Amino acid sequence: MTIAPAAALRPRFVLAGNPSVLWALLVLAIFTLGVSFLSEGMGVGLISTSFVKTLGKTLCLCLAAVAMDVVWGYCGILSLGHMAFFGLGGYAIGQWLMTARTTEIVAQSLAGQPLPPTPRELEQAVATQIFGVVGADEFPWIWAFSDSLGLQLLMVVLVPGLLAGLFGWLAFRSRVTGVYLSILTQGMTLALSLWLFQNDSGLRGNNGLSGLQNIPGLDGWGQATLSVAFLWGSALALALGYVLFAWLTSGRRGSVIRAIRDDEARVRFLGYGVEGTKLLVFTLTAMVTAIAGALYYPQAGIINPGEVAPLASVYLAVWVAIGGRGRLYGAALGAALVSLLSSWFTSGGVPDVPLGFATIRWTDWWTVLLGLGFVAVTLLAPKGLGGLFDLVPRRPSRRQGDWGPDDGAWRREEG
Amino acid sequence: MRLLLVLLVTLWASAASAQSLQDLLQADPEAISDPSRRTVGEVLGRLVDSGLPEVPAFLQHWQAKEVVQRRSDGLFFVGEPDGDGHILHDVSNGAEAGRAGPREVEELKPNAGVRGVIGSALIRFQLSDPDPARRQAALDAIANDPAADQIEPLRASLTDESDPAILVRKERLADLLAARFGSDPAARIAAIEDLGSDIAVEARAVLNQILASTSRVADTIPEEANVARTLAPGSADLPREAAYVMLVEAGLAPPRVTEAEIRDALSAAIADGRVGDAPAATLGTDEARHAAYDAMAAARGLPPRVTEAEVDAALASHAFWQDYEETDPAVTAAAERALGTAESRVRLYQTADIVLDAVSLASIYFLAAIGLAITFGVMGVINMAHGEFIMMGAYTGYVVQTLVPDYTLSLVLALPLAFAVTFAAGVAMERLVIRHLAHRPLETLLATFGISIALQQIAKNIFGTQARPLTSPGWLDGAWIVNDVLGIAYIRIAIFVLALLFLALILVVLRRTRLGLEVRAVTQNPGMAASMGIDPDRIAMLTFGLGSGIAGIAGVAIGLYAKVTSEMGSDYIVQSFMTVVVGGVGNVWGTLAGAALIGVLQKWIEWFNPSNTLAAQTYMILFIIAFIQFRPRGIVAMKGRAAGA
Repeated sequence: MTIAPAAALRPRFVLAGNPSVLWALLVLAIFTLGVSFLSEGMGVGLISTSFVKTLGKTLCLCLAAVAMDVVWGYCGILSLGHMAFFGLGGYAIGQWLMTARTTEIVAQSLAGQPLPPTPRELEQAVATQIFGVVGADEFPWIWAFSDSLGLQLLMVVLVPGLLAGLFGWLAFRSRVTGVYLSILTQGMTLALSLWLFQNDSGLRGNNGLSGLQNIPGLDGWGQATLSVAFLWGSALALALGYVLFAWLTSGRRGSVIRAIRDDEARVRFLGYGVEGTKLLVFTLTAMVTAIAGALYYPQAGIINPGEVAPLASVYLAVWVAIGGRGRLYGAALGAALVSLLSSWFTSGGVPDVPLGFATIRWTDWWTVLLGLGFVAVTLLAPKGLGGLFDLVPRRPSRRQGDWGPDDGAWRREEG
Repeated sequence: MRLLLVLLVTLWASAASAQSLQDLLQADPEAISDPSRRTVGEVLGRLVDSGLPEVPAFLQHWQAKEVVQRRSDGLFFVGEPDGDGHILHDVSNGAEAGRAGPREVEELKPNAGVRGVIGSALIRFQLSDPDPARRQAALDAIANDPAADQIEPLRASLTDESDPAILVRKERLADLLAARFGSDPAARIAAIEDLGSDIAVEARAVLNQILASTSRVADTIPEEANVARTLAPGSADLPREAAYVMLVEAGLAPPRVTEAEIRDALSAAIADGRVGDAPAATLGTDEARHAAYDAMAAARGLPPRVTEAEVDAALASHAFWQDYEETDPAVTAAAERALGTAESRVRLYQTADIVLDAVSLASIYFLAAIGLAITFGVMGVINMAHGEFIMMGAYTGYVVQTLVPDYTLSLVLALPLAFAVTFAAGVAMERLVIRHLAHRPLETLLATFGISIALQQIAKNIFGTQARPLTSPGWLDGAWIVNDVLGIAYIRIAIFVLALLFLALILVVLRRTRLGLEVRAVTQNPGMAASMGIDPDRIAMLTFGLGSGIAGIAGVAIGLYAKVTSEMGSDYIVQSFMTVVVGGVGNVWGTLAGAALIGVLQKWIEWFNPSNTLAAQTYMILFIIAFIQFRPRGIVAMKGRAAGA
């Protein structure tokens, strides 16, 4: 390989060199404005509030998928634990939402009494209200910051970041790679969900956190307006995340990340810090996924340990694979398409197919279709849906000759 | 006339042995029809001494208030209620003796005391009953409801006992009763010391009853108290609050005024929005409320608040201790010693029990994981659908069982059939999917996951979400009980044996057959194996089939002891992966070691916190993640070139 000319090394702003990012942001902006215009909360009311919420949630899933794409499609770490970070983000914000909301309600109900409640009485009543279902009547230690929005927002990124950092440091340090790493991340996810399922974990066990759709202090807004606000919030987060990851995967740093995917040992021999890069990518994507979760669950309204189960993380990988790994818009597209299709099929929106001897009810057979469709995509279209964009003709490159045999590497683009 | 009657009665009585039961009863009908606790002993003695075989049956009827007396002639019958009257049965042979209307007979209703005396007389009969089952039942009755008066009949029946097992039980029960109710301390201590060598639950229960203690409080510990231990207030055994509550209950200290009481008192005292000098709206803190309460307490006759310092002083000036209900220190000391001995033996057996549990859990993990280990080891392929192959095997067993009603035969049929079904499924999957994804292990992982969710949903659509039973044959029911602590279900032993069989089978196949040789060659170096004339594709296909087939058999085994559901595969899949990863890939012994480690570990953690298996699993996975840090390639790591793959 020849040394690249100096001009190629000069830092350029990521958006300038990468038109797909601009296109993606444009599509996202048009989509968000369009939905707002058609929504009940701000516009003509063609789209119901619950569907606006579904779209907002889908944007959050897209952000998680984009993060997953960076860690898997670019860095080659098939993490089967990113939905656990997503869930942790949801739990962190849920703690504040639930505490603040319950405090409002309890304060109202105590206001009728002759004496104003003491702070201890108030806390006791709130705790009984929240933890009564698991037979406890005081705040567990993990709720220590739950009365402060700022601290709890910090927890949204800190807790998953620390967990991912610790786990990644342990795993990458001992050079656990490939399927081993996938299984370990799956084990971590399973451990986390089993822990959350316990009543004495302090996060209401099986019941999870509920009532998250009511945002304290914003009672006057109404769900219709809130749903649009969250749609914008999710779109903004997705846009920022997209630019962040486009920047991360561009330039020399991006080349190192992709090189780690293609041949880790060779990158190490070339003198790059493989462990540090992997840890950075793993932790950063975990944090972004957690932010996506923190935006998702106030729209969903409820979070329970089932959302953290290993299966959810595998589905995230499935979305990314269907959308197309190694390109950010592919991941977002896959997540949006599959999750929307999923909710369309499983909600009974698709008409049943009568076969004479039996009827195919899509609520029953959708999972089968998804599973087999996924196998088909893996086998027949490894580039996923994003591969369709390659069919768009481009300006031919002036360079002639061999670009290397491996489809996964970006030698042509970097050449 | 009266003299004549007395004479007659005496004559009858002297000839009692040759007489029927009815005659015996008529000798003193008053004692039967209207017995008292004091007098019934005499008539019972006569009945028992007569040696008539029908006496126990009569006593049972009498105790159960089923005996009636005919008013017209005073004869006794067993009365079976029939409408508002009775059908009469002869007391001796139970033959029907006509029907009596409601007014013609009187029901005998001995009071509870009398029935108790009859009961203990009955136990004497039952303890020497020729039927061992009856004797066992009588012993069970004594064990359930021990009483002091059972010692004598029990001791008396020891000499005639022929069955050695029952004799042991009788001796133990006699010891238990003597230890608990004996009057002579020396004899009690001897009996208690015997109990120390006994780990039965009964024996420990008796020792615990002897050692029953109550918490007490006083200024000082009295001299005569048989103190179990002294308690320090504020320690874990006696929290500060609980200690003060004891003081209050003993009348040694004034009760504390709770915050709720203060609130209620203040609320009641609100006048014009003020409590005393303070506006009610300012009473939103504990300090303000305390001040307001203190200000008004004396005037309104409310109890004063007890400060923390007063609580501490009260606790410091009193002694807290537990004393035994048993007053004899020698007896309680002996019981403590005996309980200590018994419990250390119990711990020993508990350890053995945990080891047995762990071994059986390890066999299940081994069965579930070995197929995965083979495919992973040979092909480097993680088969996420492995759990669904387990599920397919279990459902095959279920279907066979619905077709073949005989459980033993259906099991014998189901094992090879499950192997065949999952073997075919595995081969099909290898040919259709996995072969095309060679050298892309992560994509294989995901593609097999797609197959896994599809298979799971298909099973759900066919068999429903409800759990299906896979019934084990009768000879696998029950458990092998060593003693009260140690026992293991036969089904678990069977699974252990099955796991051993498969271990042996796989070792033989891999080491002694042509196929095994080729599999090992492909595992070590596919390219070189191919150039030696081995067809790696064929080997991969057969290996995949073999691994899947074993999963099917594991499914039948797991289905026998757990329920068959469409989601059962996913319950085992992560554990199976962990087993393979911990053990070391591509090695049968590694899988065995991994399964053993995980099984033992899980049971060991569960032992610390038996109520919480979720926590046990969490900690176990955390341990495994930490373990991988130290041995990234598992317990039995492959060496040489294969290790670098």
